[in-house]
Parts: sequence; C-alpha cells; structure tokens
Amino acid sequence: MSIVSKSRPAGADALAGRPGPASPGRRGLTLKRRDQIAGYLFIAPQVLGIVIFVLVPLALVVYYSFQEWNVLSGSIEFVGADNYTKLLNDPQIGQVLLATAIFSVGIVCTNIPLALLLASLLNRSGRGIAFFRTVFFSPVVVSLVAWTLVWGFLLQDNGGINGLLSVFGIHGPNWLQNGPTAMASVIVVQLFKNVGLNMVLFLAALQGVPRELYEAARVDGATGPVLFRRITLPLISPTVLLTVIITIVGSLQVFAQIAVLTQGGPGLSTNVLVYYLFQQAFDFHHFGYGSTLAIVLFVIVLVLTIVQWQLRKKWVFYEN
Amino acid sequence: MRTAKTLTGLAVLTATALALTACGASGSNDDSGGDAAAGSVSLRMTTWTADKTQLALFNSIADSYKKSHPEIKKITFDSLPFEDYTTTLTTQIAGGDAPDLAWVLEQDAPDFVQSGALAPLTDTLKATKGYDYGDIKPDTTKLWKQDGQLIAYPFSTSPFVVFANDDLLAKAGLPTSKELKAQGKWNWKDLAEIGSTVNAKTGKAGMIIRDFDFSAWSNLATVWDSWGAAPWSADGSKCTFDSAKMTDAFTYLHDAIFTQKAMPGPGTKPDFFAGDSAFTVTQISRASLLADGGFAWNVLPLPDGPDGHVSVVGQAGLGAMAKGKHVDEAKKFLAYFTNPTNSKKLAQFFPPPRTSQLNAATLAATNKQLSKEQIQDVVISAFDGAVTKPSHTNSAEIAQKVKTALDPMWKADADVHGVLTSVCSAIKPMLAG
Repeated sequence: MSIVSKSRPAGADALAGRPGPASPGRRGLTLKRRDQIAGYLFIAPQVLGIVIFVLVPLALVVYYSFQEWNVLSGSIEFVGADNYTKLLNDPQIGQVLLATAIFSVGIVCTNIPLALLLASLLNRSGRGIAFFRTVFFSPVVVSLVAWTLVWGFLLQDNGGINGLLSVFGIHGPNWLQNGPTAMASVIVVQLFKNVGLNMVLFLAALQGVPRELYEAARVDGATGPVLFRRITLPLISPTVLLTVIITIVGSLQVFAQIAVLTQGGPGLSTNVLVYYLFQQAFDFHHFGYGSTLAIVLFVIVLVLTIVQWQLRKKWVFYEN
Repeated sequence: MRTAKTLTGLAVLTATALALTACGASGSNDDSGGDAAAGSVSLRMTTWTADKTQLALFNSIADSYKKSHPEIKKITFDSLPFEDYTTTLTTQIAGGDAPDLAWVLEQDAPDFVQSGALAPLTDTLKATKGYDYGDIKPDTTKLWKQDGQLIAYPFSTSPFVVFANDDLLAKAGLPTSKELKAQGKWNWKDLAEIGSTVNAKTGKAGMIIRDFDFSAWSNLATVWDSWGAAPWSADGSKCTFDSAKMTDAFTYLHDAIFTQKAMPGPGTKPDFFAGDSAFTVTQISRASLLADGGFAWNVLPLPDGPDGHVSVVGQAGLGAMAKGKHVDEAKKFLAYFTNPTNSKKLAQFFPPPRTSQLNAATLAATNKQLSKEQIQDVVISAFDGAVTKPSHTNSAEIAQKVKTALDPMWKADADVHGVLTSVCSAIKPMLAG
C-alpha cells in the first residue's frame, strides 16, 4: 500500500506525453515498474487461487484423460486416445446424456417461470410479504443432503406424499422406483431447493423497473399482459439471462440429489453425467475415463454458456 | 500484457509440475525394513465398524501392543461408512493417503488380492512366535490367497442366518420359529406363506433380506444358493444369471414380493430389529442389534430350498497396504492383532478362521447373546461346505451393471427370465474380459 500511496499516478507520464522518468525510485526501479509490481501483488491472491484450484485441476483432468490409472496397483499408463474411443463406444453414454438433458430442460422450464411468478406475486408491500419471501428462500440455505434425505422419506412408497394422496382416495405411484416418476421427483426436489435464489434475483430486478414506465403505458391504454410483455420482460431480461445461465450450469452439476435419492436408477433413468462420471472414477476406479467424461461435461457447459452469451444480443435489453 | 501471460503460464507449469511430483511421490513409502526409532511409527487401520464396544476392544489390543513395541507412537482405527467403504478407501489411496491396514469386503477381495495393493502376509505370520499359522482353516483363505501367499487375513467368516420375531408370529396366530422348524416348515416355500400370513394379519412385513434394498443384489445369494444357482461359472468367465435354476429362484422372490406380499416391495424400508418384520436374513454378527429389540427372538439356519440346505458365509479380510508408510510394522501389528489370544477376544464379534476356536465352547464364552445350543446348531454347523457370497474382479462395476439390469425385475408385471437374460447381456463383456 505504501508504494502506491507515495508514487505518482500510473498514467501521469503517459498523459503528459513524455517518456517515463529515469527513476529515482528504490533499488533503481522505475515508477512504472513499481506500479506494475504493486498491481501484480494486488491480483496475486486471486490469480494464485484460480491457478491452483481451477487451472491446475483442469490441466490434470486433461492429462489423466490420456492415461489409464489403476488406483489399487498404483500404475499410470499412457493410453493415447483410448478413453475417447471408449467414450464413443460406451453403450450407456447415450442414455446418460439423455437423462442429463431431460433433467436440465426440466429444471430450466420449471425453475425460471416459477421463480418469476413467485417474484411477481411477492413484489408488493404489505403484511406477511416478508414472511412468504423468507419461506420461499429458506430451502436455499438448508443443507442439500438434509433436504434430499427428508424428500427421500416423503417419496417412499409408504411415505408422506402417498399418505397425503391416500386421504383423497388417490393411490400414489412408487415415486423413486419408476423411471419417469423418479426423474420428475429428482427435478422437483432440485426445483424447490433452488427456486428461492432465482426468485430473489427476479425480485431485485422487478424492483428496479421504473414505475413511471407503467404509468405512461397505462395512459396509452396498455393492460396487464401487455405491460408484462412490453415493459417488465425487456427490463428484467439481463436477469433472465443470468438466471438461465446459472440454472443450466447448476442443473448440469447435480449430484447429491441423485446419489441420495436414486443412485442413477431405476435402470439408467436418472443417471446424469456428473453421477456417471463419479461412478466411473470413484466406484469403478476408471480415473482416466472419468476424466474424459469430465472434459465432456466441461465442453457442454462451455458451449451452452457461449451460445447463450451470443444469443443475448437478440433478446436481452440493456438500458445503456 | 505479455508479462502477465508469461507469469501466468509459468505459474501453471510450476503448479502442474508440483502436483504431478506430489502424485508420483504418493506411491512411495519410507519403509526401510530396518528397526524404526522409538515413537516414530503411527499406524492407521480403516474399518467399517463404528461400534463403540468393538472399537474399545481394538484399542485395548493396540494399547497392549504399544507397551512391547516402543517404535509405535499411535495406532488409530478409522471408521468409514459401510455404504461407501471401498470407494472412500480407494479415494484415500488415490490421494496418496493410504492407510497402513485396511478391512476388505469379500466382494472386493479379487481386486485387492490380484492388484498388489496388499502386502503378502504369510512369511510374517509364520515367523511370529506363537502365531500357529497352521491353525487357520484352509477353506477360509481361498479368496484371500495368491500364488500360495496369504494376502489378507479373513478375520471374520460370518454365516448368514435367519432371525425370527416370535412375538410377531404369535400375534399372527402362528407357531414359534422353533415349532415351525420342528414341523418341517423350515424351507423357503413355507416361509413365504408364513410371511404372507404375517403381513395379512398384522400389516407388518413377513420376511426381509437385510441390506438388499433392491440394490445390493449379492445378498440374494442367501436365497438362490438353495436353488443351486450362481451368478457366474466357477472360473468367473460365463454368466449364469439366465440359467433355469436362477430363473426359478427369482420367480420365487418375485412372487413372494408381488403376489404373496411376504416380502416388502421396493421403496419401503422396514427394520426387523425395530420389530417391523417376522424374519430377516442377515449375518450372525448382526445379533448385537437385538439388544434394543424388546421382543422374543430366535436364530435359525438358512431355510432349505429345492437343492436342499446350503450355508452361505460373508467374509471380511484384513490386509497391510503395500503403499502404506510402514509396511513391515503394519504386518507385525496385524500378526499381533490376529494371534490366537486376540483372535479369541475378537471372536465375540467376528467368527474367527482358526480351527481351534471355531467351536461352541469358545464362541459361547465370548458371545453372551446366543446360547451354546444356538451357536452349535446355527453358527458352527454353517461353516461346513459353506458357499461364500459372490465375488469377481471389477466387482463394483459388475455390481452396478447387474443392479441396473435387474431394476425392471422389481415391478409386478416383470418378465423374470427376460430380465435375467438382459443381466447376462450387460455383464458378459466384463466376465469375458
């Protein structure tokens, strides 16, 4: 800090149109160089964090994807593209990718509209509003495993949900034992866990929409649905983009719910890519193939995010 | 900007090199084979039990070992959750944090024995004074040997038995389990009918294959073995899930679940030891759970099937990790932990593999819950000609493939033989490999 506070502004010489001074600084460093060092020191913790916890693991995953690592015998053998060939010939990968796609589409198609609906309903003042906002947000801060375990009990054949249905004379299905209902159950568990977060983001966005725009539109004769489509939606579209991206990325990384509720079953119906990757690496000890699957997941997330980022120009409205 | 790129690139390379060096170093150990300095060795053994009484016994054995071995600073028993035991253990090994000693499940025995993950024990055990290596029953070591060397010591050879809740049977207007056996009704067919009656009259479950939970299918070996069926050929190369005998055994199970309602269906988890069912099939070591039951109970051998009576045992091995930091010290402690004196102490929880101790007198002296008669009739007699639960190399992957292919079985309208054929299709490539 002392170096920066005692030195001249970094761009002062450049702005003055003259070359940097022949430095009178400490240990012969020019002011410019000292400012650069100070800058690097400031960003060092962040850069080191990214290097150690993001870039190195990423590099290792790429490295392991070309190896066959037998954990028990401790041997690591270079196998070239064998793991990638195995990926292309894996008879289960198609079903795993399908389950991943169904889960992600299911989450995005339910989470975003529900979060927006809740935010619209709770975007008003009045008694009890704070209570309802807290209720809908509270699952976000609950332990994921605890939340999932409770849902596991509720979804049992003789669990709470079927008990409630039986009060109305409905014989509920064995939720986690049939493919379609198991997938629907996992989606619902994830939906209610995270919808509160998107709701809060939408709530903040809705409160940022200027009231006078609505008043002006009403003077012009616009009504509810038109106001929403022509004013609300365009003005909160940056938030819609943000929530869609984080919801898709989050849905592609779902693990605990699958591990606790279904272990990927019945059959492969809820075996999403992250769970399959975990099975291959940690249950079956195929760390090389598991790393290959991790790269597939990375590429999918990267491509989807880039596509959304590019498409934003077509539908996201920025006031500035 | 160029400087920043260069610096970042250098940082990535350095960190990658460090990480790779660390991974490489994790495979080494500092076992010099010589005598270690006093207080320089700490040993860690991974187990899947968290039972306080059992851990207290282990610690007392470790404490007495430390008194005569000054080089040992500390011996810790690391309890890992049973459900993820092997996954957690292999993750520790992969992370360069292998324990010195580890329990190994029988289903994982081929992988651990053949991979070289465990250090051979025979020489150390034979060289240990008073160990009496010849006392270990050869039957119990089949799964744990390679090239004539004992790779892991089968510290527990626990037979599968049937526990019965006589109070629940009485509530359903049925005779006690002892009377049922005396009437010649101790067979799977009659047991399903009795279980069906219990369910109809009390609403409780009739019969449970404990730990199966429509996932851990290898526990069904307790049933299909009595039909003379097996999941694969003796050499492990051919799938026999689709055999006629296996089809009959699964037809029995399917009917018991979906037609007779003698066994609970998928998605429910009744617990025998909480009084939720009339019978449960499990290992004798679970008898300790009966302490909290609060009902009249009995223990009986596995029922007869079309192929007569077949005893099934589950095994657990104890090995010294070849990648542990103190391999020699670990092997020596293993020899102490399982010597005749300590084996006798461990016998109260784990039926030992020693011929001299596999008798009613020894087991009754340490096991307070079972009568001498029960130990003789149910435990001791179960060892003769017993079949061990199925195991194979790549057991975890095969288990998952079979589980996935078996899932369609657990529906009321399942095509039993069709599902079993699909199981064979799923695992054939792995068995052949």
